[in-house]
Amino acid sequence: QEMEDKVISPEKAEEAKLKARYPHLGQKPGGSDFLRKRLQKGQKYFDSGDYNMAKAKMKNKQLPTATPDKTEVTGDHIPTPQDLPQRKPSLVASKLAG
Amino acid sequence: SLAGFGNLMQDVLWCFSQVKGTIDIGVTEADIISTVEFNHTGELLATGDKGGRVVIFQREQESKNQPHRRGEYNVYSTFQSHEPEFDYLKSLEIEEKINKIRWLPQQNAAYFLLSTNDKTVKLWKVSERDKRPEGYNLKDEDGRLRDPSMITTLRVPVLRPMDLMVEATPRRVFANAHTYHINSISVNSDYETYMSADDLRINLWNFEITNQSFNIVDIKPANMEELTEVITAAEFHPHHCNTFVYSSSKGTIRLCDMRASALCDRHAKFFEEPEDPSNRSFFSEIISSISDVKFSHSGRYIMTRDYLTVKVWDLNMENRPIETYQVHDYLRSKLCSLYENDCIFDKFECVWNGSDSVIMTGSYNNFFRMFDRNTKRDVTLEASRENSKPRAILKPRKVCVGGKRRKDEISVDSLDFSKKILHTAWHPSENIIAVAATNNLYIFQDKVN
Repeated sequence: QEMEDKVISPEKAEEAKLKARYPHLGQKPGGSDFLRKRLQKGQKYFDSGDYNMAKAKMKNKQLPTATPDKTEVTGDHIPTPQDLPQRKPSLVASKLAG
Repeated sequence: SLAGFGNLMQDVLWCFSQVKGTIDIGVTEADIISTVEFNHTGELLATGDKGGRVVIFQREQESKNQPHRRGEYNVYSTFQSHEPEFDYLKSLEIEEKINKIRWLPQQNAAYFLLSTNDKTVKLWKVSERDKRPEGYNLKDEDGRLRDPSMITTLRVPVLRPMDLMVEATPRRVFANAHTYHINSISVNSDYETYMSADDLRINLWNFEITNQSFNIVDIKPANMEELTEVITAAEFHPHHCNTFVYSSSKGTIRLCDMRASALCDRHAKFFEEPEDPSNRSFFSEIISSISDVKFSHSGRYIMTRDYLTVKVWDLNMENRPIETYQVHDYLRSKLCSLYENDCIFDKFECVWNGSDSVIMTGSYNNFFRMFDRNTKRDVTLEASRENSKPRAILKPRKVCVGGKRRKDEISVDSLDFSKKILHTAWHPSENIIAVAATNNLYIFQDKVN
């Protein structure tokens, strides 16, 4: 018995493969869900404290210690971003310039 | 036939010239190059990276003693352009990655460039200092203040030569004008204004004014549920200061004329290639999204890059491109896995050569492609450390699509999709190209006879 040969474009064949793996994939892939994800690119943090902790962990260093005249910041009142010591700029030069 | 030898295309043989950056087993994310741009004379070459740093290379003067070492590029200046920031309102990180660098034409001894991350554009002044004043009255040579009561004579400070120092200073910061992520900046031919484009809006700035910008395009729908497309790239016409184009995620290009109205939501021209609806698949819209749009130097054509092709459009013909070039059509049968590993969303750029006769764009496996518009010949070259002997001629590469693989061909399944060439630049008048391969910058030149 001969199988019926159906010529499918490679793109449609790939689409069938994808739908087989993810049966619930939306009907409109270029639609708003997909675009909105693009607009929201960027890692979301719970708050600025969460952000600073994540940065500190990445650098594998302790949080920057407060300068002497700012030792009274925590414990005394709720600190605002302006009170906290500024994150030092990266001093690591680009390796392209090495 | 000459197919077996070299990479002849209008008699150009490409040779390795230089490579910048280090060979690392693991690439530090901050070192990934995110933009490359020659200035208008080609004397300077700037790179931006994910770590927010800019490195500027300068071409050395050609020496009669070493004619084969035609003008190598050496480090001229490097600085931290952008820092990571935190958007407190949305609890989102603002990346320091430099999305684009654009040079201003040189008008005096200093060089000026615009660099941008997702949210903020900055104007940088790069200037040389080779003299310094000596003999101040109120300061001593170390800069310490002198006691005025001890000063008994006056002298006139003089300028004395010093070792060349190149300084980069931020002259303007254009902030808080973009809710969404900036993808493009473009300097206007009037040299007084420039535009910045994000996913939904385009703003016009005057270089002198940082606290205001003029919104010229706004495609944000009243109801975000109705969002169907975003702006992907934008550029001013090279000569007509009232004209610009922007591309979309749906594969269309709009040309706008700022003389027509203040808000250019209504386009003057709309470029779209008709699609056969029976060919439509889940991937159609994603792969038709335009990742880059560039005017030709002549201003008569625009070039667009989508996932699989590069297209050239004549400004006078809106209904289809005049030329379509396949970059890596063999990926059409890999779209499923490219969607799963997100490679299908990679944004490749494209560039014209100085005479608009050849176009270039990147691909995977550190391959990049050139298409000669006149001879219709194309070539695939590779940026790799293995081909980095000085003045080594680059051998053309070939991807084997199926069936028998020849000895020096590579099969589609062996391609390294982590080695992507997204950013390239072509010298404005010479056959010198800069190719960014992740954290390395390759410079290739044509062979000197």
